[in-house]
Amino acid sequence: MRQSFIQKNPSILIFLACLALFTLLVTVASEGFGLGFISTSFVKTLGKTLCLCLVAVAMDLIWGYTGILSLGHFAFFGLGGYMIGMWLMYERTRLIVVEALAQSDIPPTPEEVVSGIGSQIFGVVGSSDSPLIWSFAHSLPLQLALVVLVPGLLALIFGWLAFRSRVTGVYLSILTQAMTLALALYLFQNDSGLRGNNGLSGLQNLPGVSAGQDQVSLWFFWASALALGLGYLLAAWITSGKFGSIIRGIRDNESRVRFLGYSVEVYKLAVFTITAMIAGIAGALYYPQAGIINPAEVAPIASIYLAVWVAIGGRGRLYGAVIGAGFVSLVSTWFTGGQAPDIPLGFYTIKWVDWWLILLGLSFVAVTLFAPKGIGGLFDLLKKERAK
Amino acid sequence: MSHMSTLLEVSGVSVSFDGFKAINNLSFQIGPAEMRAIIGPNGAGKTTFMDIVTGKTRPDDGRVIWGEKSVSLLKMSEAQIAQAGVGRKFQKPTVFEDQTVHANMLIALKNDRGFLASLLYRPSNKDLARVDELAGEIGLSDQLDRLSGELSHGQKQWLEIGMLLAQEPRLLLVDEPAAGMTLAEREHTTAILVEAAKTRAVVVVEHDMEFVRRLDCKVTVLHEGSVLAEGSLDHVTANSRVIDVYLGR
Ligand SMILES: Nc1ncnc2c1ncn2[C@@H]1O[C@H](COP(=O)(O)OP(=O)(O)OP(=O)(O)O)[C@@H](O)[C@H]1O
Ligand SMILES: [Mg+2]
Repeated sequence: MRQSFIQKNPSILIFLACLALFTLLVTVASEGFGLGFISTSFVKTLGKTLCLCLVAVAMDLIWGYTGILSLGHFAFFGLGGYMIGMWLMYERTRLIVVEALAQSDIPPTPEEVVSGIGSQIFGVVGSSDSPLIWSFAHSLPLQLALVVLVPGLLALIFGWLAFRSRVTGVYLSILTQAMTLALALYLFQNDSGLRGNNGLSGLQNLPGVSAGQDQVSLWFFWASALALGLGYLLAAWITSGKFGSIIRGIRDNESRVRFLGYSVEVYKLAVFTITAMIAGIAGALYYPQAGIINPAEVAPIASIYLAVWVAIGGRGRLYGAVIGAGFVSLVSTWFTGGQAPDIPLGFYTIKWVDWWLILLGLSFVAVTLFAPKGIGGLFDLLKKERAK
Repeated sequence: MSHMSTLLEVSGVSVSFDGFKAINNLSFQIGPAEMRAIIGPNGAGKTTFMDIVTGKTRPDDGRVIWGEKSVSLLKMSEAQIAQAGVGRKFQKPTVFEDQTVHANMLIALKNDRGFLASLLYRPSNKDLARVDELAGEIGLSDQLDRLSGELSHGQKQWLEIGMLLAQEPRLLLVDEPAAGMTLAEREHTTAILVEAAKTRAVVVVEHDMEFVRRLDCKVTVLHEGSVLAEGSLDHVTANSRVIDVYLGR
């Protein structure tokens, strides 16, 4: 009688099987381990896409299921990226500095090493000291903890203030945009302690690892696939039971839930914080594959794209979010990467690099107006056809 | 009757919206196992009264005292008031339309309301049996697996009442339960409410006089935010002011 949440929802197993198959195919076809059909840089693109799918799952939880249109989840994504980037950059610089100092006759003192690292990393912003926020950058476990703690804490504080004051709907969306903008502006400053608009770079190099990028790219690809699989399972579990019923209830009729005795604010805060943490993890896997993170990544528009992906894929169903993020971001890479052929019309040439965003905007409008269930809605049609 | 203890005591409550007094020095009492009907013209303040008791609207003045320990409901949040034992049915039926009847009942069922408890919750056999039992009472036994959005208007009203019962409240506030129901549905609704009032306090707001008569209980007439008359239905309907402001129209 009582089934597990996976038995109740076969789409979870189908999704995990597709993900596993995809991972296997890419691995076999990659340069690093297999046949070499897929270039290392494309493996990275695919790995990054999996991370975007993961943050889209988080977005679907908060928006599609709980009804809170957060336009700030890419800020949490970026923070996760910064947190792992700090360790990658610090540790790699430390190795370089130690090696350079080893050339001299006298062994270097720890102070010399630390100041060497400081001037290497912060020279670009006219400083030579590591700021206080880099205190843990020497430790991988600590920075990994910060990958979830920093976005989680920011979400907890921000969410507590916003939900407690019963800010809802479009006002909440605006507030999350303001938060994102404030974060981006802060990061742009040279004395933010995170290298201003230079951001953190060289993140593709794993310190102390001699394996080539063809191998490392696969490791990150696998890690991204694993994270997406686990994140999907977690989200499916959260939404399957009574908790899922309650958050969907909050989405559809907040006051009904309140008068049933549930503290709606606590539930919202829980989902907001959990999804911010998932976004942080996704970002921490994304940026080592991108190689660089800078404040432009956290710009408010990125969070809006995230909502667009989920809307196009179909909100309120997890695979919809994955399809939306995967499909749109890959197509976007294709169009903006210069691979898409320009269309000469004689009097005017359509350059996709310029026109892609307009196309995306139009598809968003079209989906909102004509297919509110998004691409995922096609599966409903299919199911209905089969039931006939 | 005079020695019966009170479950809810509202005294001297006033609230105004933009200078308009929706509730004006209202006082009201109800015992722990009592049925009460509230009638009154549109805009009399019946729904606002329920808003005040359930914490949705904060009054400008007055006291709302609850239970044996005489705690004030005015300092509590909506969720806390609900947890203390006040259940409410809205004027417009509000159920979670894209979820099954069964899921709706499970959300409402009296259990730990914390988010961790909900996350780890698995329905016990006792809970499942209770849902079946309640579904029987509200006549939705064969609808448990349907989406509640697909139910008829009357069935939605019953589901909402069933959800209230599942909360096991000590006081049930029911706003216009019979609106839009057929005669047979109304009779069923009366039966559910009368049964519920055997073990708890039930306050029913209703315009339909036949429905109120079948409830066979004390009636409070509200007008312009205060109590105009109180007593048996025959008593209040004989009151000339009640006839003027309400029945005569
Ligand atoms: N939030 C609000 N803001 C402003 N005015 C309000 C508000 N809530 C209620 N009112 C006003 O207070 C008065 C009482 O309204 P209430 O809904 O309590 O009446 P009611 O007795 O339930 O009427 P009905 O029988 O039509 O449901 C009405 O004039 C209404 O317009
Ligand atoms: Mg009303």
